[in-house]
Amino acid sequence: MVSIKELPREEYLLKGHAACAGCGPSIALRLLFKALGNKVFLVVPACCTTVIQGPYPYTSFAVPLQNMLFEATGATASGIAAALRIRGLEDITVVGWAGDGGTVDIGIQALSGAAERETNFIYICYDNEAYGNTGLQRSGATPYGAWTTTTPTGKKERKKNMPFIMAAHKIPYVATACPSYPTDFVNKLRKAKEIKGTKYIHVLAPCPTGWRYDSSKTVEIGRLAVQTGIWALYEIENGKFRLNFPSDRLVDKAKRKPIKEYLSMQERFRHLTEAEIEKIQMWIDEDWEYYRKLASSEACV
Amino acid sequence: MSFPKTRKEMPLTPLSLPTVGSMGKTGSWRTFKPVVNYSTCTKCTLCWIYCPDGAITRREDDSPEIDYEYCKGCGICANECPVKAITMEREEE
Amino acid sequence: MAQIVIDTANHIAGYAAKAARAKVVAAYPITPQTTIVEKIAEFVESGEMEAEYIRVESEHSAMAACIGAAAAGVRTFTATSAHGLALMHEALHWASGARLPIVMVVVNRAMGAPWSIWPDFSDSLSQRDTGWLQFYCADNQEVFDTIIQAYRLCEDERVFLPAMVCLEGFLLSHTYMPVQIHNQNEIDDFLPPYKSGWTLDVNNPVTHANLVSPEWYMEFRYMIQEAMENAKRLIPEIDMEYGRRFGFQYGGLVDKYQCENADLIICTMGTIGCEAKVAVDNLRKNGLKVGAARIRVYRPFPVEEIRKLALQARIIATIDRHISFGMEGFLASEVKASLYHMEDKPLIAGFIAGLGGRDVTFKTIEGIAQKSLKWLERGRVEKETEWIDLRE
Repeated sequence: MVSIKELPREEYLLKGHAACAGCGPSIALRLLFKALGNKVFLVVPACCTTVIQGPYPYTSFAVPLQNMLFEATGATASGIAAALRIRGLEDITVVGWAGDGGTVDIGIQALSGAAERETNFIYICYDNEAYGNTGLQRSGATPYGAWTTTTPTGKKERKKNMPFIMAAHKIPYVATACPSYPTDFVNKLRKAKEIKGTKYIHVLAPCPTGWRYDSSKTVEIGRLAVQTGIWALYEIENGKFRLNFPSDRLVDKAKRKPIKEYLSMQERFRHLTEAEIEKIQMWIDEDWEYYRKLASSEACV
Repeated sequence: MSFPKTRKEMPLTPLSLPTVGSMGKTGSWRTFKPVVNYSTCTKCTLCWIYCPDGAITRREDDSPEIDYEYCKGCGICANECPVKAITMEREEE
Repeated sequence: MAQIVIDTANHIAGYAAKAARAKVVAAYPITPQTTIVEKIAEFVESGEMEAEYIRVESEHSAMAACIGAAAAGVRTFTATSAHGLALMHEALHWASGARLPIVMVVVNRAMGAPWSIWPDFSDSLSQRDTGWLQFYCADNQEVFDTIIQAYRLCEDERVFLPAMVCLEGFLLSHTYMPVQIHNQNEIDDFLPPYKSGWTLDVNNPVTHANLVSPEWYMEFRYMIQEAMENAKRLIPEIDMEYGRRFGFQYGGLVDKYQCENADLIICTMGTIGCEAKVAVDNLRKNGLKVGAARIRVYRPFPVEEIRKLALQARIIATIDRHISFGMEGFLASEVKASLYHMEDKPLIAGFIAGLGGRDVTFKTIEGIAQKSLKWLERGRVEKETEWIDLRE
């Protein structure tokens, strides 16, 4: 396990970029480069990171970055990976860096295809649970009950379980992460880099603008997501499910904070009734019962 | 590295060059300013790793240095500092 | 040694992709294109062709993979038809905006609804404004030669644009003809290794295609237009050089036949151009002064060549295997637009024919010629757009 102080000082996401103050995805981006260095090709579809770069002729990214169509990250990575194989440049890590809309909705086909083709790349979904740069519309990753501009009274459906959809592709590595746990994310990225094939990491990335909380609370809210268990840190390595610290200490319900603590910090959940909060709590507990069984069994996902 | 001005100097397709301040001096976005109390700072580097803007430099001795030209004043560093060595102070007009 | 093979245009397109040494092929099946990528799969798996073959899950992804591979520094090839091309539409704009020299074969097929697998140009002509060069072939040899020429052109630093090489479904795609596959060393000599205007490079990290404000956007569009104009100049040069080296030449932008002193010039694209030559021979036997001009390159459009033809012709009959609903065929519109500033313009008669694979034979074309000549005699075109062989 790497410690924070061991992480390199070099920055490949340069300051003065265009993200909102307190942007969770930006923390994740800095960690991405701290984990992988700059020998990467980044494919970025339409998403908040399109904006974060800033406008031509400038960019806040000090690594090769190809902007690409919203739904095409997986396929573009397949093309790049094939070209690198032909050119004998396989020491370059191909990274798809996409938001939740570009992953669980419009980009799911190209991602599924890339995974099925065993494209050698790391795909990272940074999930702020809405279409951020178009002004916070609902996505398939928006959680139940959340306000967005297209669900003004709260979303009526549940969040899509994308990591398990990816695990069903039988790819060698699936993991979840959250920038509030930097070393966990860095370790997962470094592990993914060493594995051949498609690696999928789903990062819950709190968004002050979309979730409606004070910008200073980004890391705290990410931590609460993990502590309440609405977001679990885990890996699925060759089908084998394993909870990571601190989620591995939270299997016992008594150890998990009540979900209300997480929900009440965000205005997007302000309108929720007690009954709705209870329903969300019940779903979380059900999920954890499932995690417990998976973690304690020999069976593969 | 040079930035184009005329059409002849432009690349054939937009190829943008890495730039500190691609969105300008983002320090001007700030209403509250983080101030470090170096006498209580334990040099844990958490503020450095959590800064979304990379506006906190980790000095040789691991103490933080805030770049006010680019710090947007989000307050994450102050919120996360385990010994409360960073405080947010209102910017003067 | 050059080699003669008797094969379909689709298989020949596969031979051409191999001869061009395309290194990444990304493809998705669609009739009538499929046998191209089947042929290439055979070549790759047998080791005859050294390339990465990406079996994508859609045409949109085929183009995205080509864009990724081309940006990462290798020569790419793909092929599609009709709805597959339509699904790529967005990515076509991205490829040209990124100035990546991708070559794609489009096996022309009519668009649905309703389903049709037979040819017309409504698929590729719908992509007219995407910034791709467009070639239209008339026989299998031309398919081979045009693919090789297209790579040479697209990878010229004065162009750096993608190109479609179009051929009509079944009429060419599944029709056997003898074709000369030229000596590989000579092809390598004509077509040097892959070149593009930019490449993803860890030693020179740039961001491609981030947000471009109104302050800069127009200049990038202007540069594409400049590249198109450059291509217009280069195509005849490349065609001539190719002719010198390999013995096959296609008239550059326009394949002209008996146009000298012709009163009537029949203006076509694709295989209708072959039938038009037969029609011209027959009409000339009867003393009628008729010529044929096959538009081989539709983008860039050969405006100057059309004007030259118009100087000698008294009427031009355009035959469109296409209709722009609510207007007319594109060929008719663009020939008219090309001649607007001429003082002594010929008459222009627009004919729509062969949609959804309906036969357009030399007899059909002779009929079109007779009608056009009758209108010439009367001094006016009596119908702006005439649909040919339309059921009563």
